[in-house]
Parts: sequence; structure tokens; C-alpha cells
Amino acid sequence: MSYLRAFGHYLPPLSVSNAALEARTGRDAASIEKTSGILERRYAAADVSVADLGLAAANICLENANLTANDIGLVLLSSGSAERAFPGPASVLAAKLGLTATPAIDIPVASAGSLIGLAFAADLAPRYGNILVVASEIMSRRISDADPDTAILFGDGAGACIVSPDTATPEKGLLRIADTALFTDGNYADALQLQHGGSIQMKGLDVIIQASRKIPRSIEDLLTKNKLKPADVGVFLMHQANVNLIRKVATALQVPADRFFSNISHYGNTSSASLLIASSEWRAANPNPPIAPIVFAAFGAGFNWGAILALPA
Amino acid sequence: MSTQAGILKVIHAVADIPNDPAPDESLFDSGTLDSFTLPDLVTGLEKEFDVKIPDADLVPERFDTVTKIEAYLDSRKS
Repeated sequence: MSYLRAFGHYLPPLSVSNAALEARTGRDAASIEKTSGILERRYAAADVSVADLGLAAANICLENANLTANDIGLVLLSSGSAERAFPGPASVLAAKLGLTATPAIDIPVASAGSLIGLAFAADLAPRYGNILVVASEIMSRRISDADPDTAILFGDGAGACIVSPDTATPEKGLLRIADTALFTDGNYADALQLQHGGSIQMKGLDVIIQASRKIPRSIEDLLTKNKLKPADVGVFLMHQANVNLIRKVATALQVPADRFFSNISHYGNTSSASLLIASSEWRAANPNPPIAPIVFAAFGAGFNWGAILALPA
Repeated sequence: MSTQAGILKVIHAVADIPNDPAPDESLFDSGTLDSFTLPDLVTGLEKEFDVKIPDADLVPERFDTVTKIEAYLDSRKS
């Protein structure tokens, strides 16, 4: 059995408004807000790396968990915006943490990567001990102003979570990972992709249509398997892709939209980082021990998607 | 109720439009449907016609006009 022990996140200070993007892309600022729910997003400075953002989130997470890097047995780093094909930023992050022999593995699948990292960590924690799951993205370097539909959506940031086995600490964690469900359908590999040296290419219609069906179904199936209903869930922490998609998932599950934590208006779509940034902000705003089930969900390139059910520890 | 009438009923339920779209009018180009209303249309069609539409069939071009939707539903029935 594994536990979510602590979260942390970091966002670069530079805020980019819809008006600034209108000047760059020609897309009307009001329409950006209407179609995506995004008011602003953060961009990393030119000299900042994916590993740098991840390090900032990891250090905050370690502090929140009362742990040091030496307590970590495995690092999993999710990023769809790594600077090079290999090695990925996981090993660099581990080195920046002072770890020279701890395994550090990349999960380069973009949006659903942090969910995959948490699900893997749930199974691997009994073997490796405390697992540091980090998702770090600098998507602002992977967009093209010539494609405003995509350019308006993305932002930069990093989130982190520590998953611990129940033997690692007497106080365990704040949530027990009860069940996970991951899915992949590679028939849609071209619908959302980033070629080497290119910019993000997204068939938005395909993405939204499939996400609108697959996310609620994966959540509902996971809950049913665990004898729960959507109405039993205290909060849904979902990949922050588009506020309209989040509302659509809420409608499909027949729960109020405010049951879904949302910060996309301030940060845009930070790809795989968004789930952990949202989780960290939700936790900071709700410091008391959780009393109801919590569902994590994500969908993205691949297509990869899935859900995680966490219960009060 | 004819298939076309059933399709139009579902379209009106998911899109705020005053008149029926012409059979071969593009529902996307006209703004009747977009990425967020198409899933609702598909769910509505599943209920109206008691058919299961698999995710793999959710290709926007297949639902672009009333005529295309009717042809697709006919193929599902057969």
C-alpha cells in the first residue's frame, strides 16, 4: 500500500496575458478567455531548464514532506518538453538534488505523464521507498505563434509529489492510493504531437471529443470498481487542459463543476505539470486531513489517459 | 419519427439554433457544432436511436452534416 505524502509546485514569475498573446498571434484576447478559460500563463526565462523548474518544485515538496533528497529511493520525472532526446531531465534533476546513485527515470508522454508517474509510484514505492514524482514543463518553447489555436493554451511550471510506502513513516501520508487505471490508444498518436525541433501540433477537435468521452468513463469505471459514485468524491484533481473540458467532464459525471479544482485561468495548460500544480494548490488551500475520496485524472498525447482513486489515510 | 427528424431533435437539444440546418449544410462551418457540443450530439444520438457509437467512430467528418449523420446511423443499424 502506498500513500501520497506531500505536494509542492513552482511557477516561473513571468506572467503573459491574453492581450500579449493577441499582439503576437492575432487571436482576440476575449476569445482566448471564452474558448479556454485562460486569463494568463507563466513563461520560464530563457536560461531556465526543465530540470531547474522541477528542482524548485521538488525542493518545496521535500520540505512539505519533512524529507531530504537522501530519503528518496527513486525519482520519476514527467516532461513532454525536455531540451534533448536523451538523456532526459530526470538524471539532471537527480544530480541537482545531490543524488548520484539513485535511479531517476523519465516519463516523456506530456499531459498524462504525471498521472502515469503517480500510478507507477504507487506500485513501486514498496520496493524503492519514498518516490519523488516530478512533472516539469516549458511548453512556451514548443509553441508557434503561427498556430494561435495551440499557442494560446500553454504555459510553464512544475509540480511534485512524494509517494511513500506504508513502512516509510509512522504518520504515513495524507491520502492512500486505493486504485489506479491507465489506458493508451496509439491510433491517435498523430492527433497531439511534438516532432523533434518542431512545435506542438494538435487536432483540437479529436482531442476534445476523445477526452470528453474517455475521461469520465475511466473515472466512473474506477469508482464503480471500488463501490463508489462520483457524488462520493470530495474533489476531482484533473489535468488542466481547458476549463470547458473540465466542465464537460463534471456534467458527464453529474457532479457540480466546483467539485473540480481549477487553476487554469492563471497558468494555462502546463501539460503534465498541471495535475501536480493543481494538487499542490488544492492541498495548500485545504490543510486539514482529507475526509472524502479524491480522484486524479488526466488525458493527453498518445492518447494516454486514466484515473487514480485516493482515500483518506 | 424519421431518422432525419430524430437527428434534428438531437441537434436542437445540444445547439442553440433557431432553424433546422439544411441536410448538407456543414454543422461545424455554420457554428452549430464545435468540439464541445459534438460529444453531446453523439451521446444524444446514442439515446435517441438506441445505438452504441464507439470512440473510434468519433471522427468529426462523420457528423458534419445531417445527411452524413443519417448515413452513419444507417450503417450502425445494418
